[in-house]
Amino acid sequence: MFTGREILELYREMGVTHVVALPDSTIGPWESTIREAGSPKLVRVCREGEAWAIAGGLYLGGARPVVMIQCTGLFESGDALRNVLFDYRIPLFSLIGYRSYLSQTAIPNDSARTFTEPILKAWGIDYRLIDVPDKKPEIVEHYRRCQSAGRPGCALIAEGKG
Amino acid sequence: MPHPIATSAERMTLVEALEVLHAVRRDEVVVTTMGNAREWQKLGKNALDLIYVPSSMGQGTSLALGIALAQPDRKVVVCNGDGSMLMNLGSLVTISAQAPANLTIVVFDNGVYEVTGAQPTAAAPALRPNSAPVDFAALARASGFTRVFAFDSVEPWRNAVAEIVRGPGPTFVQLQVEPMADAGLPAFPGPAPDRALALRAALKPAE
Repeated sequence: MFTGREILELYREMGVTHVVALPDSTIGPWESTIREAGSPKLVRVCREGEAWAIAGGLYLGGARPVVMIQCTGLFESGDALRNVLFDYRIPLFSLIGYRSYLSQTAIPNDSARTFTEPILKAWGIDYRLIDVPDKKPEIVEHYRRCQSAGRPGCALIAEGKG
Repeated sequence: MPHPIATSAERMTLVEALEVLHAVRRDEVVVTTMGNAREWQKLGKNALDLIYVPSSMGQGTSLALGIALAQPDRKVVVCNGDGSMLMNLGSLVTISAQAPANLTIVVFDNGVYEVTGAQPTAAAPALRPNSAPVDFAALARASGFTRVFAFDSVEPWRNAVAEIVRGPGPTFVQLQVEPMADAGLPAFPGPAPDRALALRAALKPAE
């Protein structure tokens, strides 16, 4: 739905300093553009749970990070995001890839499609579904709203076709 | 330069090991977790402490990495337990990839989950088929750390600590310490959001 260049420009508009990320087949192709640009800095994690604590530390140190992972990584992130977002009330923003939202051809009856939004709701994370390219400006608007309110937020990026 | 594990007859205690670190601490951010957070608090308060309680167990190294990346001109020391390290071994690889020169990881290796009653970790001799403990210093080296130290007695640690903390990282230190009996949980250090804001303010550059 988006190119790496579009995502890079989005992050620059948001004032993001670090992108703490693990790729999937939608997010991954954006990375080379971000890495080559040099700013924001890309921080590669080994598992998604790390991303929330690293981003939390970046925030405490005065940086403006985002977490960029797939929804399956959200599922495995539970305790880490609980601690950072709710114990310490660090208002992190995330871009989360919504696997199989647009098409379940690759993974029929994908359970990731079933559980993503209920889990975001269960964690109380204020999210916006970005399922068409025209909604791209909503990502920046939602980010700014969440930062102003001091609450965590998420742009849920529909995946599943080119 | 890598150090072999000392083979002293008398292993240091957690309290001794922390007192040594505390004695050389200047303006480093110090992140403490679990049992070491319990004992570190008893040594006094510092605006650059992050008593990582409540925690997401294992995430202390990741949190410290974030602080170190955001504050490259300030040294950051994270005090981790062996059980916590086991929960986030991948963070060693993440950290060595970022290679923050200002980050030191200190793992207090007592072989047990001390705060829950001293049950052995999967890395401890009691649960190993050959009774050989997992070598955390070797794990760090294999994960890409080139500055790795290991001590099990207090005097060599005391003699090396200042150079270890002030030298160029990323640095990994394994301290083999005796488990404490009936040690229990850390004291409540105060509301976490307030402490997060306080640390953020302390790290904010003067305007």
